Amino acid sequence: MISLAGRDIMHSWGKFVFTGAGLGLLIGVTLSMAGIYRGMVDDAKVLLDNSGADLWVVQKDTLGPYAEPSSIYDDTWRGIRGMPGVARTANVTYLTMQVRQGERDVRAMISGVTAGEPGTPGWPPYLVAGRQITRGHYEAVADVAAGFKLGERIGIRRNSYTVVGLTRRMVSSNGDPMVFIPLKDAQEAQFLKDNDAILQQRRRTAVNPAFNQPGVLDAVIASQSTNPYVNAVLVQVAFGHGAEEVAASIRRWKQLTVYTRGQMEEILVGKLIATSAKQIGMFLVILSIVSAAIVAFIIYTLTLGKIREIAVLKLIGTRNRTIAGLIMQQAVALGVIGFVVGKITATLVMAPIFPKYVLLEPLDSVKGFVAVVVICVISSIIAIRAALKVDPAEAIGG
Amino acid sequence: MTGAGIRIEGLRKRYGSGDTAVDALKKVDMQVFPGEVVGLIGPSGSGKSTLLKCLGAVIEPTAGRMILDDEVIYDDGWKVKDLRALRRDSIGFIFQAPYLISFLDVTDNIALLPMLAGKPNAEARGQALDLLKALDVEHRAKAMPSQLSGGEQQRVAIARGLVNRPPVILADEPTAPLDSERALAVIRILNEMARKYETAIIVVTHDEKIIPTFKRIYHIRDGVTYEEAGQGLEF
Repeated sequence: MISLAGRDIMHSWGKFVFTGAGLGLLIGVTLSMAGIYRGMVDDAKVLLDNSGADLWVVQKDTLGPYAEPSSIYDDTWRGIRGMPGVARTANVTYLTMQVRQGERDVRAMISGVTAGEPGTPGWPPYLVAGRQITRGHYEAVADVAAGFKLGERIGIRRNSYTVVGLTRRMVSSNGDPMVFIPLKDAQEAQFLKDNDAILQQRRRTAVNPAFNQPGVLDAVIASQSTNPYVNAVLVQVAFGHGAEEVAASIRRWKQLTVYTRGQMEEILVGKLIATSAKQIGMFLVILSIVSAAIVAFIIYTLTLGKIREIAVLKLIGTRNRTIAGLIMQQAVALGVIGFVVGKITATLVMAPIFPKYVLLEPLDSVKGFVAVVVICVISSIIAIRAALKVDPAEAIGG
Repeated sequence: MTGAGIRIEGLRKRYGSGDTAVDALKKVDMQVFPGEVVGLIGPSGSGKSTLLKCLGAVIEPTAGRMILDDEVIYDDGWKVKDLRALRRDSIGFIFQAPYLISFLDVTDNIALLPMLAGKPNAEARGQALDLLKALDVEHRAKAMPSQLSGGEQQRVAIARGLVNRPPVILADEPTAPLDSERALAVIRILNEMARKYETAIIVVTHDEKIIPTFKRIYHIRDGVTYEEAGQGLEF
């Protein structure tokens, strides 16, 4: 038996290809939306992976350092370092801000990393160009996505930094490129005020009778111009110890909140990008409904155009299932054409130019393909019902 | 000529019920023998289309008997279970317009019926090509319907009606869109095919050009048929 659907498609291939291409653009957007969500999740995981930490020690009862502000003293790490099961510790600060590059500025996540060596928690795990930070001040390592070049001077608050190294796929959970600078510089940048504000603060402190006493005023002013806080302490667990066990110990003795890798991933994926995920999910649902409506309309219109032929087919003894198969196969063919166009569009056009990281996973493509086929099959039901209602007597007339 | 062909006895068809009931067919008696082409003539509203639909197993008559190829197919109720298979295997249709399937080429338009009946593609196409040869349109075997002239389309439609070797063919105004020359050519072909394939052909028409060609004519008026000898002119 010949394929009636195949013959019909070959006979009017132009109509099918152009319609499929239009549908494909919609499917391409749908696949890209899924890719954006995957990219956001991947960004969050990359952020955790690249921190090199097994545990995140943050201010008690906060979801810091990524999802909520967290502030702990910068000497907290000493006490943690001495606890059983702790191999390495490092202070870290994060702040998202605009970094100046000549005339333009770039939104970036500034990460203040403690002095150390490659492998120290918080340090970029690898570079694609240049070197790691070796000086205590005014050097930076930046993600290539920021668009900075080696040796270039960038401005963070009132200070200039020289880009000495470049890394790749070091981004915040929002997808902003990361810029690593020495911890002291980052602490300063967090609360750095302009000269007028500093003078104003010193004048106010000096006129306060409680502070304006011999020996006290200088100490108070000194404390106001330094920042003894960091956002978190990153901890690497020693070989042979469990992360949860060490975390429990720190929670008990240090009165701080400690997150393991799994908990931190849950915070980032489950809370930080949850709203975005819901928005993307809604878009996926809407796009799926629109795609289904388009396929249903197209197939229904194509079927109405063949009513007389369907009547003849029924009159000469064609089974209902053959006619239903003709329509359903055409709907699926339309979906397959649309999926191929959509996959190509998402991979070669949308993903490279989209401002956020778009991760198109093969499994998502498989799921997308199955969804497209199912949607097409369901969408063809209206047309099939219309075709099966056709009276073979219509071919005879009268 | 005896036996076989199609015989209709006291066929009736009533639409609706009660006060609004309409008797479209009141008493239809017909017999068409294998190899014979008869005309069925009547004015609009006389019941021609209803009779054709009953004979084509598209609608169910109200009463009567239909015997097709010595098999009772209707006797105050259908006697065959699969009307679809009956239409496919035992009744050929030729329409006023050819109604060829636009996305199939000429060969497959004809071969589709035997394929639907379960014959292998190659065998079905072989049957189709034989008929195209017999109807002198073999050279258009690979053409699409839209590439054919009106006369060629009608020949292909005739081939489609004949391809499953049905004992009866119902032709509904097959010459209506054609000029005299082509209309007579179609009737000549139908006569040749009826004789060649031993098929009974009923031609529903009110085309004055072809009425004199029938040897027997059934007139239908107000749902009742009357038989009349035709002129049977050679052409």
